[in-house]
Amino acid sequence: MNVVLIVFLPLLAAIVAGLGNRMLGNTAAKLVTTGALFASLALSWPIFLGFLAGTQHSQLYPVLHWIHSGDLDVDWALRVDSLTAVMLVVVTTVSALVHLYSWGYMAEDDSQPRFFAYLSLFTFAMLMLVTADNLVQMFFGWEGVGLASYLLIGFWYHKPSANAAAMKAFIVNRVGDFGFSLGIFGTFLVFGTVSIPAILHAAPGMAGSTIGFLGHRVDTMTLLCILLFIGACGKSAQLGLHTWLPDAMEGPTPVSALIHAATMVTAGVFMVCRLSPMFETSATATAVVTFVGAATALFAATVGTVQNDIKRVIAYSTCSQLGYMFFAAGVGAYGAAMFHLFTHAFFKALLFLGAGSVIHAMHHEQDMRFYGGLRKEIPLTFWAMMAGTLAITGVGVEGVFGFAGFYSKDAIIEAAYAKGTTLGGFAFAVGVFAALLTSFYSWRLMFLTFWGKPRWAASEHIQHALHEAHHGHGHDDHPDAEDAGHDTRPHEAGAEQVPAGTGGYHPHESPWTMLVPLGLLSVGAVLAGMAFARWFIHPEGALHFWAGSVAFSAHLAERMEELPLIVKLAPGIVMVIGFLIALQAYIRRTDWPKRFVDQYGLLYAFLLNKWYFDELYDAVFVRPAVRLGRFFWKRGDEGTIDRFGPDGAAAAVQVGNVLTARLQSGYLYTYALVMLLGLAAAATWAMAR
Amino acid sequence: MTGFPILSILLAVPVIGAIACLFASANGARWIALAATLLDLALGILLWSQYQVGGPQWQFQELWRPDYAPFAWALGIDGIALMLTMLSLFLMPICILASWTAIEKRVPEYMAAFLAMETMMIGVFMAQDLFLFYIFFEAGLIPMFLIIGIWGGAERIYASYKFFLYTLLGSVLMLVAMLWMTGFTHGDTYIPKLLATDFPKQAQTWLWLAFFASFAVKMPMWPVHTWLPDAHVQAPTAGSVILAGVLLKLGGYGFVRFSLPMFPDASAQLAWLIYGLSLVAIVYTSLVALVQRDMKKLIAYSSVAHMAFVTIGIFAFNRQGLDGALIVMLSHGLVSGALFLCVGVIYDRLHTREIDRYGGLSNNMPAYALLFMLFTMASVGLPGTAGFVGEFLSLTGAYRASTWLAFGATTGIILGAAYMLWLYWRVAFGTSRNADAAAMPDLNGRELVSLGAIAAAVLWMGIYPESFLAPMRKDVGALLARVTPSAPPSDSRPTPGHAPAPHAAAEGAH
Repeated sequence: MNVVLIVFLPLLAAIVAGLGNRMLGNTAAKLVTTGALFASLALSWPIFLGFLAGTQHSQLYPVLHWIHSGDLDVDWALRVDSLTAVMLVVVTTVSALVHLYSWGYMAEDDSQPRFFAYLSLFTFAMLMLVTADNLVQMFFGWEGVGLASYLLIGFWYHKPSANAAAMKAFIVNRVGDFGFSLGIFGTFLVFGTVSIPAILHAAPGMAGSTIGFLGHRVDTMTLLCILLFIGACGKSAQLGLHTWLPDAMEGPTPVSALIHAATMVTAGVFMVCRLSPMFETSATATAVVTFVGAATALFAATVGTVQNDIKRVIAYSTCSQLGYMFFAAGVGAYGAAMFHLFTHAFFKALLFLGAGSVIHAMHHEQDMRFYGGLRKEIPLTFWAMMAGTLAITGVGVEGVFGFAGFYSKDAIIEAAYAKGTTLGGFAFAVGVFAALLTSFYSWRLMFLTFWGKPRWAASEHIQHALHEAHHGHGHDDHPDAEDAGHDTRPHEAGAEQVPAGTGGYHPHESPWTMLVPLGLLSVGAVLAGMAFARWFIHPEGALHFWAGSVAFSAHLAERMEELPLIVKLAPGIVMVIGFLIALQAYIRRTDWPKRFVDQYGLLYAFLLNKWYFDELYDAVFVRPAVRLGRFFWKRGDEGTIDRFGPDGAAAAVQVGNVLTARLQSGYLYTYALVMLLGLAAAATWAMAR
Repeated sequence: MTGFPILSILLAVPVIGAIACLFASANGARWIALAATLLDLALGILLWSQYQVGGPQWQFQELWRPDYAPFAWALGIDGIALMLTMLSLFLMPICILASWTAIEKRVPEYMAAFLAMETMMIGVFMAQDLFLFYIFFEAGLIPMFLIIGIWGGAERIYASYKFFLYTLLGSVLMLVAMLWMTGFTHGDTYIPKLLATDFPKQAQTWLWLAFFASFAVKMPMWPVHTWLPDAHVQAPTAGSVILAGVLLKLGGYGFVRFSLPMFPDASAQLAWLIYGLSLVAIVYTSLVALVQRDMKKLIAYSSVAHMAFVTIGIFAFNRQGLDGALIVMLSHGLVSGALFLCVGVIYDRLHTREIDRYGGLSNNMPAYALLFMLFTMASVGLPGTAGFVGEFLSLTGAYRASTWLAFGATTGIILGAAYMLWLYWRVAFGTSRNADAAAMPDLNGRELVSLGAIAAAVLWMGIYPESFLAPMRKDVGALLARVTPSAPPSDSRPTPGHAPAPHAAAEGAH
């Protein structure tokens, strides 16, 4: 019964806050939604712990009939097994903390009830997704989180860029849904059911079967898995369908943390893990998953190294980490994929919320080129970000202690090697290289933001803040203010005593509502890896914990423990190298980045412009669609069909002119009436004869 | 309920109301029309509650055949007719409310035309005599002509001319086919009997094509769709609601009632034609919708694309396809009706349908923006709304029939999202570009009730479609029993797999 509450409390809260909106007021809406989320959180952890302890077992709670059409039976039902339990704690924990964080971050926004309603609505949809017992309900959650993501990216709907990003997110996801939908149709055709347990039960028996698709005979399971995987690629921003994720940073930062880092974007990984027995029946499909995952991990990491917007760096980092999770799934290490999903949720949410705290302190400035030296100004944020960075780069010593990423990311890299195939080797190499890049861009972010000298004065946002303070303005002329809890008074002593580069601006640490979530997530980033590795990835513990909810391969897990030392140490070594390069380039020899840009201008532009994916898609899909639409409309409908159809008919008739004249004089109705009555009369006559 | 002629009464109430309207003042006519439509809706709810799900195929039958008449007053409904009748009865009071202040000239005549149209529309679904059906089917257009031609926009004459020309062409052919059919059955025009008649295969093709001519225009299918955007643009709001909500369903109903069960062999033979035209419609009209500047035109084009989901579902020759097609008909009736109402709401305030004149309406009209978002999402086919259930079932059925068909048709979910979200962005999001648009007040009580009622129905159908599927289940089954033997083969045909290799099994058992 608790599960029903966990899932539906957020929906209830969203409805109350959303419909109550201005009548209810800010505080009530915030209390209702945040309260509901903390209740869900409190109910979720015991379930998860129960699975860890082995006292909980997989259960199904039916809710309502949904679609019954012939042999297609789809019901609303909530399914809880260990895989769901992992997602329950991830979703409710991050969501509850993000709700709390938003109290501070969104404090000055005009439409807070709307914001909190969307957040809770998102949580509901995400919970429906992870508790789905059939593919169609999963699709419901899938589209529901897509809707919430669309609404939240476009939350500041007066900004054209926010609208464009929101629309792009929805439509690119729809391209993925195109594959997902066809996958569901095909699965139903093959198995005669959309119930996930039934499909997984029957899937091994269908290995080697062939099916017709668009005029070809193809391997059945490969086709179905790849179609479903296209859906996963859309939601999890894998190479090709990734273009929406960086743009999604237009949304408020708490949204980025919750939706575009910790939960929604991992739905694709969750789906592949949920359907893992199905993917295991097709070597081709798993190879595709591995390849796409590895390619994404590499691509996104390269782009992440040159971005200047702090949120975009983290966004590409997310994209890259999702690639890791996918290639883990592709090589059959589902436990490691889910483990990385779990730890990543904590440290990536932490990094985003930390970035939000920095942005908050810097009066909405997101460009790291205008940061610097913030270590002493906002020390708590700094330490939180530090925990996140240590976690994502995977700092740790085998057998002693490690931050979260040390356990989960290294397990993925090791699994790729242990797989023993060529593709596994490729994934291993990519994984190691991407780990170097991860370390580099993470430390680059830290150094640019917290070390060095302040470079704030050149920022327009800071100038704006100073100007505002100087003239005693409030935030009235700044409707999209994400809140600014800082002191913007210029030094009374005068400009000459102002520390260089600060422009007299004083960043202030964020309020407790923002710092508490940072603190709690820091605990997760530090400890989640060490505390839970036993159940997620280690051969015996994991077999009991997963209990068949993912296709956990103990065989692979055992092989991972017998790897050569150099393979085990590789991720650690490259992590140090990445750190040293960043240290050299951004602390010691700060002219290096500029020299790099001068020397490798083309490569730099290629990376900065994200491999020109957006330009390519615009040229290949967006513009032609609009041009084709115009052509069909003007040349097709008006130029051909109407011209030779109704207009032509009128002209062709000899009395055309007369008819037109009559039409215009309003006699049409008489004609219409007479002709129809005539038809009726003809019918009568024909019958009576 | 035996002996109580509820169907005749349902038909009579609007007629009596229409006559009363003609003798009333403007305001009197409004109230009479509202009362008549609400009374009919109440009777409809009674009808639904008395309908026996899983009972006899035809219920509430009435038969009155005067000796001298060539055809009979034969009424009766099955589950499919019941659902479509309910849709019409539900939308009518909302249309009257939408016309409350928008129509200022010749109000009594307008209300009378609307009520007459209600009788004709529900008559189509209730008729059990071939010629009675024809009369309702064609006569329903007369009030629509009048509504567009008299109360329409600036280009109303051209629009009604186009509408007239297209539908006339189709009707003539259908009438000829009907005459031939009654000749074949020696004068029997009783539809349930015709449904059991096996027409010769040769003749089926011609009959099918003749009926197709009429239904394809009504649907409308590409390329005989160009009357629809003009008719919608010129019609007053309530006219558009009825046009999209009910009149477009007559074509689909015709396919389900006549083409499929009466000419199953021809249907199977010519399914490729339907598939081809539907696929063109989905891609072509979606792209055209993308570049429209007039709100009503955009939604009109989207209707053509959505109705293609109906035709592919019907001709998928399986349960999911047919169920899906019927649900799309119901949901599209609600959703596109609601979208036209949404356009009407702001048209009444600013008197333009130009998309670019609006923008930022979320600021000054939050309730409107919320409902408009809901209907936009329903149109896009978001799960949990009515739009999803129909689209999903119809596409599931399509996939079972042909992967090409499903592959092509599913692109509609991408394109549909593109044009609807772009419309929403330009109307409700963004900044207020014009002071007059920014000053528009939010929904009034009348508008809120209308849109709220449809919103509730859209969610109901999305979350618990069983209420709507159950009454139709047996009728769809009967239809399938009739057509399945001639269904074209699917191109999927999966072969059985082989048992998993031994080592894989061993690993799984770990």
